[in-house]
Amino acid sequence: MIFQGNVHKFGRDIDTDVIIPATYLVTFEPAELAKHCMEPIFPNFAERIKPGDIIVAEDNFGCGSSREHAPLAIKGAEIACVLAKSFARIFYRNAINTALPILESEEAVDSISDGDELKIDTNTGEISNLTTGLSWQAEPFPDFINEIINAGGLIGYTKERIAREA
Amino acid sequence: MALANDITAPGSIREFNKLGIDKVFDRDKVVLVPDHFAPNRNVESAEQCKYVRDFARAKEITNFFEVGRMGIEHALLPELGLVGPGDLVIGADSHTCTYGALGAFSTGMGSTDIAAAMATGDTWLKVPPSLKFVIDGELPPWVTGKDVILYIIGMIGVDGALYRAMEFTGSAISKMSMDGRLTICNMAIEAGAKNGIIAVDERTREYVRAHRHQDDEIEEEFGEPEGVAADITKQADFISDADAVYEQVYNIKAEDIQLQVAFPHLPSNSKPLSRVGDIGIDQVVIGSCTNGRIEDLRQAAKVLAGHKVDTNVRLIIIPATQSIYKQAIHEGLIDIFIDADAAVSTPTCGPCLGGHMGVLAAGERCVSTTNRNFRGRMGDKDSEVYLAGPAVAAASAILGRIGGPEEIIDGRDQ
Ligand code: SF4
Repeated sequence: MIFQGNVHKFGRDIDTDVIIPATYLVTFEPAELAKHCMEPIFPNFAERIKPGDIIVAEDNFGCGSSREHAPLAIKGAEIACVLAKSFARIFYRNAINTALPILESEEAVDSISDGDELKIDTNTGEISNLTTGLSWQAEPFPDFINEIINAGGLIGYTKERIAREA
Repeated sequence: MALANDITAPGSIREFNKLGIDKVFDRDKVVLVPDHFAPNRNVESAEQCKYVRDFARAKEITNFFEVGRMGIEHALLPELGLVGPGDLVIGADSHTCTYGALGAFSTGMGSTDIAAAMATGDTWLKVPPSLKFVIDGELPPWVTGKDVILYIIGMIGVDGALYRAMEFTGSAISKMSMDGRLTICNMAIEAGAKNGIIAVDERTREYVRAHRHQDDEIEEEFGEPEGVAADITKQADFISDADAVYEQVYNIKAEDIQLQVAFPHLPSNSKPLSRVGDIGIDQVVIGSCTNGRIEDLRQAAKVLAGHKVDTNVRLIIIPATQSIYKQAIHEGLIDIFIDADAAVSTPTCGPCLGGHMGVLAAGERCVSTTNRNFRGRMGDKDSEVYLAGPAVAAASAILGRIGGPEEIIDGRDQ
């Protein structure tokens, strides 16, 4: 998929209590969760961004709890994709399982500024900064992760498996 | 084994239901523990717990633990002998890494991963590179597993072990109790690790044997534990190969580890107590899957005995499971707590994640024996959490500021 949107840049170690504080973990509805996405550091985040915008962050994005509500809140806020230098591992899995597009690239993150306009092709991993004209290539996913993504997430993938083995 | 709680299980169940199958892969190997917002804190959490309860009944899940039998999951599973050496445990809770202390491979995942595992009994895993932490020598008085792990996270950072296995070894670990080891592995995730692991030794075997038979009623109801835990004495040791490859080896002198306090808003902001300075506090919480075990309560009681909590401080103590609670009553610890003006609660995660039973207001400061001090973790975004072990937490409650047990009683007494 190809996404185009403006950058909201965050620092390192953006944790899951910031992405969605625990007190709101009483629903799995993305739109409901989105109301409190990033609340401790960026109140009314979902209202203040445009649908299709892109989160760019430094290292260790999504560290902390295993709550799948974190990628769901970001999806609910209509963020198109998240580009970071690195992701915490549970968040990484959860993003794939819930079909939130994510990409890793140190160089890209270093030279992208808040507000830049990006175009990201998640199939090829190509990241273009339309504001500065620079572009980068992110690491593509390993094959089996692509299989999960192509099946629409882990549940689709598991469904196919169960059907095959039945 | 696949595990989930009242916050994450609803997501797992919802995804599980999309698969169009009517059974879990093994009703004895799915564990559901409503512990986070339970006993129900409001209507929404009551609905979540009910959703989990209904599923547990419909699928005849053996290991569903209702309020009254419930404890904080990561204290409860080892206590009931549900996890043991060589087991593979995945849980929709990041602190599932706790069971590495028993020689299990255990790691946290999200609700959807657990849904797929509940259906198929399978999951995908990448073998992580390993980091080895060798802690040799004698830990100073009062210093526990909590200080060891805060010290290590302070040294390597909150992503210092990203996607790695953290193995803890050395003479200080060999001498450490299982409670202390569980605390260390519990916080491996706070360094970004996939899992923490400690080699199985005689102490582990003793623990597993004792806890398997601790409660005959439970055994009667749930049957004999399966797998390695059922027959630990006959199994080969679970220890690292002599030629195991480590990405990095850290050698730490136990004597260098002082009592630690992690400042807001990251567990890696740890400092020795001697460098903390004068920090007034409003609340102290002693409990959680990190430090709500009997040994933690004993340490707190040792400090609190014969003292009163400062009038400006609220001290909340939460034994992690029913049996720890009962043990604490038998040992007279609860009397000591209540005489000191502490509030003692039934097992729950409660304040640890800003859920209930001690949520912080804006500007309030809390010393907590929990594992995370992220912004807003225990309440308002402008509240502050300082992480420490039970001795510092108890002493701080008496002093009204962050301080150590040696200000209350002589270190040689312990
Ligand atoms: S006590 Fe805290 S860290 Fe442990 S499982 Fe409960 S909420 Fe999570």
